[in-house]
Amino acid sequence: MSFGNDYGLQEGEVSTGTSIMAVEFDGGVVIGADSRTTSGAYIANRVTDKLTPIHDRIFCCRSGSAADTQAIADIVVANVELDSIMMGGLPSVKKAAETFRDYCYNYRDQLMAGIIVAGWDPKLGGQVYTIPLGGMLVRQPFSIGGSGSTYIYGHVDATFREGMTKEECLQFCANALSLAMNRDGSSGGVVRLAAITKDGVDRRVILGNELPRFYEG
Amino acid sequence: MATTVSCLELPKGGFSFDNCARNARLEERGLTRPKFRKTGTTIVGLVFEDGVILGADTRATEDTIVADKNCSKIHYIAPNIYCCGAGTAADTEKTTEMISSNLQLHRYRTGRPNRVATANRMLKQYLYRYQGYVSAALVLGGVDCNGPHLYSIHPHGSTDKLPYVTMGSGSLAAMATFEAGYKANMKKADAMQLVRDAVAAGIFNDLGSGSNVDLCIIGKDMKVEYLRPFDVANKKGVRQGNYSYKPGTTAVLSKSIKQIKYDIVSESVQEDMDTS
Repeated sequence: MSFGNDYGLQEGEVSTGTSIMAVEFDGGVVIGADSRTTSGAYIANRVTDKLTPIHDRIFCCRSGSAADTQAIADIVVANVELDSIMMGGLPSVKKAAETFRDYCYNYRDQLMAGIIVAGWDPKLGGQVYTIPLGGMLVRQPFSIGGSGSTYIYGHVDATFREGMTKEECLQFCANALSLAMNRDGSSGGVVRLAAITKDGVDRRVILGNELPRFYEG
Repeated sequence: MATTVSCLELPKGGFSFDNCARNARLEERGLTRPKFRKTGTTIVGLVFEDGVILGADTRATEDTIVADKNCSKIHYIAPNIYCCGAGTAADTEKTTEMISSNLQLHRYRTGRPNRVATANRMLKQYLYRYQGYVSAALVLGGVDCNGPHLYSIHPHGSTDKLPYVTMGSGSLAAMATFEAGYKANMKKADAMQLVRDAVAAGIFNDLGSGSNVDLCIIGKDMKVEYLRPFDVANKKGVRQGNYSYKPGTTAVLSKSIKQIKYDIVSESVQEDMDTS
């Protein structure tokens, strides 16, 4: 497997060349993603929903091979459902992230999957977990991922503040993702956002013509 | 002292990758591998007011040769679900057949019509298992208790659920037509025309696609109209003149009949079968 310009994908493989992110706030998490799925230079889907529901209050953001991440997410959905039935009540976000980690780590040589797991549970509240390519698992106050994320590390470090409100987090995500989509050819389309709290999931879409605008010269 | 003789057993079933290394070496030395029969294809699908429409061209190619001018690319999955296939013809044919029979068993077990999501999940898990080596790019469409559904399924096992999809080598031309003409909740006649135009765009602008347009309309009442061909995009014209010579045009200058000598080497007479 090469990690040159092909991001380790096989010829013709569909990838979510992506910008994804998640932010913790008091009482929940905000997650966001662009909507572009590419197959080489062709946009296979311009309105993709990369915010994949795992359970009522747990979502994951997928990046890497579309086939790999969909397959893992499908398996984890079944695992987490079983966990919630056996334990009763809402399942643990940490446990869900650990299930993701187990698959990503054990099959690290065959997979191309960078996943952010985020959600809310009664024990730990809003949580963001990152699982990069090798299958490591870390909890972070906020996380960015996908090919577009490399362009915005400086921006997020400069603008992130601890203790932001839900609306501030949504704006933080919209700004960062717009910047990433403008610089990364494999990211684009619309911005999909979701705020996950105790009370439910608040989903939003920012259309291409309504995105926050920055320097375009 | 006993000696054990262990013998290597060949694995039963599944794909054999025994010759992969050898083939790679042969290809390095300049040997070209034989080409599969691919359906260099335009296949499309669209959700309209009351159902889904699937469309396909009818050309099958073997490298640069048109192997079949009128092949069928819209496969039966279930009474309420059909599926267009692009990629290696054998792979699309066999995967759709296998999922179809598994869904038939599922119907016997449950006594209910299949859901499109079930077919989608079975297809994507099958294709994912073979990591892209089963070269089937599919457009899956159908109607179930939750309404009309349309999926595109890539050979590596990723799927998308969309209101209109295209696949195959003519997908770019077809998608351009859809992007220009699609509206939500289209009337059946308009939707059929748009699907025809999309496939026709593939037929005319993509070398891998050609011949006729096939359509399959699955209504909300799960009624299926399979129109093959729906449209003959390239109708063969009538020859205006007759260029063949009448018998006797060429003068016979001389005539001779020669006897060919032969010996009978063996002769056998079929005996009546003993049916007593």
